[in-house]
Amino acid sequence: MTAADAVARLRSGMTIGIGGWGSRRKPMALVREIVKSQLTDLTVVTFGGPDLGVLCSAGKVKRAVYAFVAPDIGGATNKNSPVLDPHFRKARQAGEIEDDPYDEGMVLLGLQAAAWRLPFLPTRVGLGSDLLRDNPKLRTVRSPYDDGEELIAMPALELDAALVHMNRADERGNAVYLGPDPYFDDLMLMAAAQGFVSTERIVDSADLLKEAPPQALRVNRAYVTGVVEVPGGAAPTSCEPDYERDEELHAAYMGAAKTDDGWQEFLTAWEAK
Amino acid sequence: MRRADVCAVAVAETFRGDGEILANPIGTIPMVGGRLARATFEPDLLMTDGEAALIANDEGFEWPGGKVLELWNPYRAMFDIVWGGKRHVMMGATQVDQYGNQNIAAIGDYAKPKTQLLGYRGAPGNTVNNTTSYWVPKQTPQVLCAKVDTVTGVGYDRAARLKGRTAEFHEIRRVITNLAVLDFETPDHRMRIRSLHPGVTAAEVQEATAFELVVPDDLPTSREPTDEELRLLYEVIDPKGLRLKEVPEE
Repeated sequence: MTAADAVARLRSGMTIGIGGWGSRRKPMALVREIVKSQLTDLTVVTFGGPDLGVLCSAGKVKRAVYAFVAPDIGGATNKNSPVLDPHFRKARQAGEIEDDPYDEGMVLLGLQAAAWRLPFLPTRVGLGSDLLRDNPKLRTVRSPYDDGEELIAMPALELDAALVHMNRADERGNAVYLGPDPYFDDLMLMAAAQGFVSTERIVDSADLLKEAPPQALRVNRAYVTGVVEVPGGAAPTSCEPDYERDEELHAAYMGAAKTDDGWQEFLTAWEAK
Repeated sequence: MRRADVCAVAVAETFRGDGEILANPIGTIPMVGGRLARATFEPDLLMTDGEAALIANDEGFEWPGGKVLELWNPYRAMFDIVWGGKRHVMMGATQVDQYGNQNIAAIGDYAKPKTQLLGYRGAPGNTVNNTTSYWVPKQTPQVLCAKVDTVTGVGYDRAARLKGRTAEFHEIRRVITNLAVLDFETPDHRMRIRSLHPGVTAAEVQEATAFELVVPDDLPTSREPTDEELRLLYEVIDPKGLRLKEVPEE
């Protein structure tokens, strides 16, 4: 299937999970197809990076479900200095989007609950913070055991569709990642009614493990509706080891929030890649 | 004596006694200080490469001889460590108040913020599950403020209202700034000055703080690096001097 075929299966108002994290292995070719589509009012669940930023500036987002939106990790190494996403900031500060904030671990639990068909999973995370003030969806639950502890009941984050980008996949939807981290992509697919995998290269099933150990074969075809071959499909985000972040295009993205012209120039440059 | 080196030593001291846990400092000087602690008096600490591995290397940012992996630690595995409590994280903070409540989400009204920041990130989970410290490279009254706009990281006044085991797991150990080492070792866990960096007065630290700091009668000076620590800083951990950019000389 093509990126356009995948996006044609989405509907306005849907809740869409987007894989990767920050500016790492985001399914940006599928995101670009959403930008070009007539879709609106999407709820986006993401470990946020340019995926959410782009969709905000394109006017596609009704609600963001997230723990952070950043091009990269905050200063764990000097190369990755902490930077904020200008498109998301603009949308939030203008009051253009609704906002369901969570702690990043809660997003994991919400996806896991959805994948396991549970209404919630209990956690301490969120207790004492302003999450209960800022996210009215959150409720607490009391342990039925002797401890009687009050915990947060992290609600299932059920997705209408998940979009992820993997290094290699076969035609049926089995897929491997070749970089250092699977992120939460397999979980997003399991939490979703429909799953779409874009990939650098479609290979024969027999070749899936040519470049990877068996434990990298994380994506189960039972959760995949369609596979889209798009070399460079994560750009401008990284897709290690196939490529690093496209710094030129990423810089254009970062600058594009400032003016309407900048936004159009970024879309043109992105399309030309 | 360079201020950045004093800060790195102060960060290292924050991890003293932690033993065999993940020291997870975020930021340039925190990473340098964490590596320094492990290379000297706290050898059992575990540390990340900033990506998906725990590594044994002393080098802070570049590993020309290759990384020595101790554990594959993808993003999702970090929560096993955090929620199990074997971790001491040092986070940044756009705002911190006198009880150690932290804000990295948004400035102003959360519903329509004046300035959208990172988001809640991992702060709520960190602060009720493992030891947390904060790093403030440029202390001002805007950062050390009277009241944070959004509580992302939980401070002591709110932790006192937590019940069950959650309260046991909460500890905000230190706030390291470019001026001083601050902690919460007071009867009501209000922030106090623990030590002043060499050449800084208590009045200067108070002036860069929007609330009243507790000032002990006997106020020590932050420890200066030993010769061996200087060697490690300049030759091994951060030979390019990235820390000197984070806290430049006045």
